[in-house]
Amino acid sequence: MAISFEPAENSLRARDFYHELATEHMRPISRKYDTQEHDLPVEWVDHYWNHVRDNTPANDGPSDGFVQVCIQAEELCWGDAGLYLRSPTAALGGSAVSAAGTPEQKERFLKPFRGKGQPIWGAMAITEANAGSDSAAIETTAELDEETGEYLLNGTKIFCTAGEGASQVEGGFVVVWATVDKSAGRGGIKSFVVPAGTPGMKLVGLEKKLGIRVSDTATLVFEDCRVPAANLLGRAEVKKKDPKKSGDKGFKGAMATFDASRPIVAAMAVGVGRASLDFLKEELERQGVTIRYDAPPREQTALERDVIEMEAELQAARLLTWRAASMMNRGKPNSLEASMAKAKAGLSVTRITQKAVELLGPLGYSRKLLVEKWMRDAKINDIYEGTQQINQLIVARRILEYASSMLR
Amino acid sequence: MIDFEPTEEQQLIIETVQAFAQNEIRPRARDAEESAKCPSEVLSAAHELGLVANALPEEFGGGGERSAVTGVLIAEELAWGDLALALGILAPSLAALPVLDFGTDEQKQEILPASIERPVAPTTLALVEPRFDFDPFRPTTSAKSDGGDFIIDGSKCMVPWLEGVESVLVSAADAQGAQLFQVPCDAPGLKIAPDDYMGIRALPTISLTLEGVRVSGNARVGAAQGCDHAALVNRGRVGLAALAVGVSRAAFELSRDYAKERHAFGVPIATKQAIAFKLADMAIEIDGLRMLTWEAAWKLDAGDDVTREAALAIDQARRVALQVADGSVQVFGGHGYVREYLPELLLRNARGFASFEALTLI
Ligand SMILES: Cc1cc2nc3c(=O)[nH]c(=O)nc-3n(C[C@H](O)[C@H](O)[C@H](O)COP(=O)(O)OP(=O)(O)OC[C@H]3O[C@@H](n4cnc5c(N)ncnc54)[C@H](O)[C@@H]3O)c2cc1C
Repeated sequence: MAISFEPAENSLRARDFYHELATEHMRPISRKYDTQEHDLPVEWVDHYWNHVRDNTPANDGPSDGFVQVCIQAEELCWGDAGLYLRSPTAALGGSAVSAAGTPEQKERFLKPFRGKGQPIWGAMAITEANAGSDSAAIETTAELDEETGEYLLNGTKIFCTAGEGASQVEGGFVVVWATVDKSAGRGGIKSFVVPAGTPGMKLVGLEKKLGIRVSDTATLVFEDCRVPAANLLGRAEVKKKDPKKSGDKGFKGAMATFDASRPIVAAMAVGVGRASLDFLKEELERQGVTIRYDAPPREQTALERDVIEMEAELQAARLLTWRAASMMNRGKPNSLEASMAKAKAGLSVTRITQKAVELLGPLGYSRKLLVEKWMRDAKINDIYEGTQQINQLIVARRILEYASSMLR
Repeated sequence: MIDFEPTEEQQLIIETVQAFAQNEIRPRARDAEESAKCPSEVLSAAHELGLVANALPEEFGGGGERSAVTGVLIAEELAWGDLALALGILAPSLAALPVLDFGTDEQKQEILPASIERPVAPTTLALVEPRFDFDPFRPTTSAKSDGGDFIIDGSKCMVPWLEGVESVLVSAADAQGAQLFQVPCDAPGLKIAPDDYMGIRALPTISLTLEGVRVSGNARVGAAQGCDHAALVNRGRVGLAALAVGVSRAAFELSRDYAKERHAFGVPIATKQAIAFKLADMAIEIDGLRMLTWEAAWKLDAGDDVTREAALAIDQARRVALQVADGSVQVFGGHGYVREYLPELLLRNARGFASFEALTLI
């Protein structure tokens, strides 16, 4: 192989497919579900479940692998980032099962997502009121009941994306982080698959948000919620903290799912950013303004300068994302590159969408158009899956070769 | 398929040039800068590596391995060593590539072997004009046809001028738009004066004044066909972006290493987020710029028009190089401001990317 920026045929077909889907089935209902917060977007969910899953272009021949997943995320978020998050898929919960589950667990939890029944969801619940960025500080406990061989989960999780669907609709599941041994620190943190409807898992609230309003962001309470030991992902034993070594392999394993999810979140950001930039350029063209890439800077209008900078930022974010993804194809460790992509995309797309609102004047600010919504939708990408600062921290630790104790 | 991995051969080239930059360029950078001289032993040693020659066709004595992607990989490594010396080393590309792409057979015979044989090519390129509203795509220097000849009027600056240059390709607008004309150094009406810039001081550069300089019709690169001047500017921009990656990376690595060594308040300054995050941002921005540069180079190799990609890359290059170089002075504190260390030199060089055009071609 060699450096190449030519997407595989498969990716191009997938891009066209998802682009049409975004145009035909997402954009027309974008505003409706931004306004009708907390309503289930039935037309999208049903269409996705009944048609999209069956018709996704097959991967025959050479493929861009994980880069193609990013291309798909970009297209769908170009359509509507909120609807993308509300799509009936195993989502982050599924990634966790894929990354850490046994073949039996994968079969048991993921198979329903290929089934024919009603649409279902997966979710991942890490965050707690007192443990956001510092995910190792979680307080939800998992206590083994030796008699029944079950774990009892107790605690409250907030900000769980797709948490409503995943906790309520039979067939779905929530992957929950909990500690089996507080004294073991990170080494005591394990993740458990809690199937929807498990007694003791309660949906107690949904957030009202700045953007991605159609995405359900749930608060889930766990009260003596029993799950069989077979639902524990990864190893059961606890590696005690050894102050001389960083003996928290299990935690590191859990964090590794971010290596796969961060490029996708970055791609989602790029999709929203591109939506704004595409609209801006179309509107400018309608007004007879074309961007002169070959004019000297002193002759370019401030508008042209802004657009060129926005385009360059967006493309840099996209390429960093694809790089992180293509390293996964090669089986190369990519946590540095994944965090770089996430940090760059989160920040630049926040700026790009905010700038688009500015440049379009009252059109940008108007709720009759979607530009203002894209700005609200984009901002979340700088927050979840590691905030801007957390990803900077990861990049900084990697380039400095510092352990987390050196740079907090 | 999308991929970000250089070929094994390219990887080998990167390693070779990196070693060269480390052992031959970097140690001479400061002295070369202070004495404003491009050491001939560096040019000779680089010539032995055949960095430019390798890209030119075999029939003229080159290696026949032309690739803009390989070109940007080389440029980054060289500029990591030192920008001015990198420009000196890559200077033979300035005449060779336009002539290779657009020249007549005769022009190729004259210029290509000579660009390959000697460490310093006998021909250079004059594109930039000394005016705030300079437009590389539309020079104000004019070439009026007069019988079969052309009469050239105008002024140029920032022309790389190493010892042994005999003629210069001057970009000037004729009836067909921007074109290149080969002007011998001793042409009547041509005046040459040394330049003096804030940075890249080790690279001798000159200004030209052309008053009624008469050249024959054969002096036009590509003769009647002419050349695609815009394509040339784009090749220059992609090359400059690659050099900016190298300069930025040098500034970043120096800052990173220094921040781990330097203590303040009893701890390495790198353990402070204000410094660590600055370093993280540098690393992210440099990689973003590198990807944009690679993409533009890859499109050049694919034969695409890269006006937009080159514009995006150079836009980012100007911003990133300055931001990172400024950051390196900041991380070094007072030590960044004194000439004992490299950051102050890197800042002066980085500021130049806003004014540079066609100082190298890819
Ligand atoms: C819409 C939405 C969906 C979400 N989906 C999920 C989900 O599906 N599953 C899930 O588990 N979580 C989810 N989250 C939670 C999200 O991951 C957290 O909100 C995020 O990690 C930040 O945590 P926090 O809100 O507690 O902020 P805090 O951790 O309190 O951070 C506040 C500020 O301090 C900064 N900060 C914190 N630590 C440091 C440090 N060491 N150095 C420098 N700065 C620092 C942060 O960057 C931020 O700017 C979601 C959140 C939202 C809003």
